[in-house]
Amino acid sequence: MSILEVDNLSVSFKQYTSGLRQHTQEVISNLSMELVSGEILAVVGASGSGKSLLAHAILGILPSNAQTSGKIRFDGEVLTTKLQEQLRGKEIALVPQSVSFLDPLMRVGAQVRTSVRKGKAKEAQKKVFERYHLKEEVENMYPFQLSGGMARRILVSTAMVSGARVIIADEPTPGLDSVVIKEALTNFREFADQGCAVMLISHDIESALQVADKVAVFYGGTVLEIAPAENFEGNGDRLQHHYSKALWRALPQNDFTCEFKN
Amino acid sequence: MQLSKQLNLNKRQSTLLACIVLSIIVCAVVLTGFLYDEDRIASNLEVRNAAPSFDHFFGTDWLGRDMFSRTIMGLSLSIGVGLVGAIGSASISIILGVIAATMGKVADSIVTWLIDLFLSVPHLVSLILIAFAFGGGFKGIVFGIALTHWPSLARVIRSEVMQVRSLDFVQVSRKMGKSRWWIAKEHIMPHIVPQIIVGILLLFPHAILHEAAVTFLGLGLSPHEPAIGIILSESMRYLSVGMWWLAFFPGICLLIIVRMFDKIGDNLRMLIDPHHAHR
Amino acid sequence: MRWRFTRNLGIFLFWKAIKMASLLVAISFLSFLLVKQSPIDPIQAYVGADMLNVSPEQRERIEEYWGLNEPIMEQFWSWGSAILSGDLGTSMIYRLPVSEVIGERFINSIALMSTAWVLSGIIGFSMGVLAAMKKDTWIDRIIKWYCYTLASTPTFWMGLLLLIVFAVWLNWFPVGMGVPAGVLAEDVNIMDRIKHLILPALTLSIIGVANIALHTRQKLIEVLSSDYVVFARARGEKGFTLFWRHGLRNIALPAITLQFAAFSELFGGAVLAEQVFSYPGLGQATVEAGLRGDVPLLLGLVLFSAIFVFVGNLIADIIYRVVDPRTRKEQSYAAK
Repeated sequence: MSILEVDNLSVSFKQYTSGLRQHTQEVISNLSMELVSGEILAVVGASGSGKSLLAHAILGILPSNAQTSGKIRFDGEVLTTKLQEQLRGKEIALVPQSVSFLDPLMRVGAQVRTSVRKGKAKEAQKKVFERYHLKEEVENMYPFQLSGGMARRILVSTAMVSGARVIIADEPTPGLDSVVIKEALTNFREFADQGCAVMLISHDIESALQVADKVAVFYGGTVLEIAPAENFEGNGDRLQHHYSKALWRALPQNDFTCEFKN
Repeated sequence: MQLSKQLNLNKRQSTLLACIVLSIIVCAVVLTGFLYDEDRIASNLEVRNAAPSFDHFFGTDWLGRDMFSRTIMGLSLSIGVGLVGAIGSASISIILGVIAATMGKVADSIVTWLIDLFLSVPHLVSLILIAFAFGGGFKGIVFGIALTHWPSLARVIRSEVMQVRSLDFVQVSRKMGKSRWWIAKEHIMPHIVPQIIVGILLLFPHAILHEAAVTFLGLGLSPHEPAIGIILSESMRYLSVGMWWLAFFPGICLLIIVRMFDKIGDNLRMLIDPHHAHR
Repeated sequence: MRWRFTRNLGIFLFWKAIKMASLLVAISFLSFLLVKQSPIDPIQAYVGADMLNVSPEQRERIEEYWGLNEPIMEQFWSWGSAILSGDLGTSMIYRLPVSEVIGERFINSIALMSTAWVLSGIIGFSMGVLAAMKKDTWIDRIIKWYCYTLASTPTFWMGLLLLIVFAVWLNWFPVGMGVPAGVLAEDVNIMDRIKHLILPALTLSIIGVANIALHTRQKLIEVLSSDYVVFARARGEKGFTLFWRHGLRNIALPAITLQFAAFSELFGGAVLAEQVFSYPGLGQATVEAGLRGDVPLLLGLVLFSAIFVFVGNLIADIIYRVVDPRTRKEQSYAAK
């Protein structure tokens, strides 16, 4: 069952180019996709191609000089600015990239507690810390004291305690070692298995494929194709688009070895 | 803003235009002040204590002197003193800043200590002390300003030079065997000269304000000079009888002049600074 | 961890004390040289208007009494060692020990400066917050314009304006004097004191808001565009809650530190405000000492103002070390 539908979304920015002339630059154009409960959709594409803006557009936290068009539906209802404000953090949760998204002067336990929407905050936070094997003293630490893996788990915790049904993870794995990446991906799989819809934004197609059900290939501000994860195998012949094939073959274990075989 | 739209100017051009207009106004004030002779402020007992009118824009004082002329002469004197003081101050900062950045660790810590030393006493107190040491007057005030205003600019120059010296392209030039002088001329000067010019421009407003303040306190220029500080401190005796114009107009003119210098400095910084240049 | 932190703070304070001592010695020496080369005659300052009646022999005796005819280094030594034993000398114009004059004046000044300091801090901080929250609106533009204009305003002229409006036109306040003229110090009641305090304190506060407001505005704009505020908004926080939880927390500390580091400007401002309103504080004493050549008092005040500024900077440093968890914990990590 689809929870979130994105229909023909475009995002553009007004910018001053030279002097007083204004110029509109489209960053996302005519993008359509849907998130289904119980599934992970990986959105993969090159770094800096505007994938994060997609997440921000869904949450309605784009900068003020951005303009959007198209429709986003949540549970069949069109998302207005007002509805977005209500759903943010309650039904739709963001798992950001790095520790810089935590308030540097607030203890992390408190930051997790502010994300709790239903029930007792303290209990929910204790439970989630236990679940993610975070020691009790971590609660009183400040973000700068966390290791990469701990920060990752804290960020996931904020989404976990919110009870949201849609999780948007924005580049959750860069700069982490493989053990932590594996752990993070497992967390997202668990979300999906509980019935959440997960959108995993990443430039790392290889690790995304480990857990994703479907993969949306993002290029030039739009989604070229959405393919089931199984299609990414062999020479990538089951992929429709050139770019998707190129992306797949560019991985070391594919084209590299292929070339030598030929 | 409307004007710049009509003339179809971009941000850079309009900033430049603003700078030119402001500079012309400042020059006009200074020149007029110097060209006025004493007759302009001769006492005229028939129009004593007159409130502002078309004959006397800023009114007249208790000797019937025209306050407008006195203000212009006072401003011109204050700007002149501020200018000399600021240039002296800037020279000290350039010399010490460059020494700190280029002559090794010992020189650096000595200069840093000197900066701390001069920042450790409130400016106005050191100004009073230095003015006292010179027995007041022009010399005292110029030395006072020169000796108290250099630390902040010296700090900027020191860190700028250090930063440029550590940049990759300077390191590469050095390894390629370019002479110190060549590096200074080709790499370091283009970076710090604009900073110094802006730094001096931003020193002026402080220098002028402090000149006026010390003179107002009675430790600066002598009471016979037509300085703004003197005008304002004399006016205090006549405020209680309601002669507000004696203090109001000279003060607001000083404020406007200082604000103009500030604006010119800020605008130039925007033109020079690469972070702002493309806005 | 706590022990390490305390030890680090101890080391830090120790170095600060050494630096302060070196600066004070240098300041004393430089100031002493400066006043000694002044053409203003200290004897005249002592004797005052009766100068014409002083015979050369009497003059010599006075010089001897003050030690003015000895070599300059010797004078410095005797002055310096007296200071070390706590004796700042005798003020020539007040005929009282310098420490006593400074002590009494300081109580007046501290009332003035602390009022202005608190007021300008609170008002300036609020203005900065308001401007940043309403960035690029007319409110922001007005606040910015006002602050830049204030930064170019001569403090003493602002005092004169307030004097014209509130004392001369509206007649709400006396024109000058810290206490009413002709009344003995013991008879002055607290209302009188407050009444004389308001205008100079107001002058200092009006001028003082500019710096802190502009700084707070800049800082809050940075915070509001930071990653963690984006994430907070993504979690549904907005408006005042957002500011309270994440904004205030991150801008309060820099603002307080800045306010402590501004003791130097505060003292300078007080000199001018006290002069305009004839308020009997340290600033007015400094001007008097300078004008009338009271060398011991002037030197004492220079040293005192340096200590005052140093204490402000020291408090700012300590607050950062004790309150900010980042510097606090980093030190203990570094010590491991």
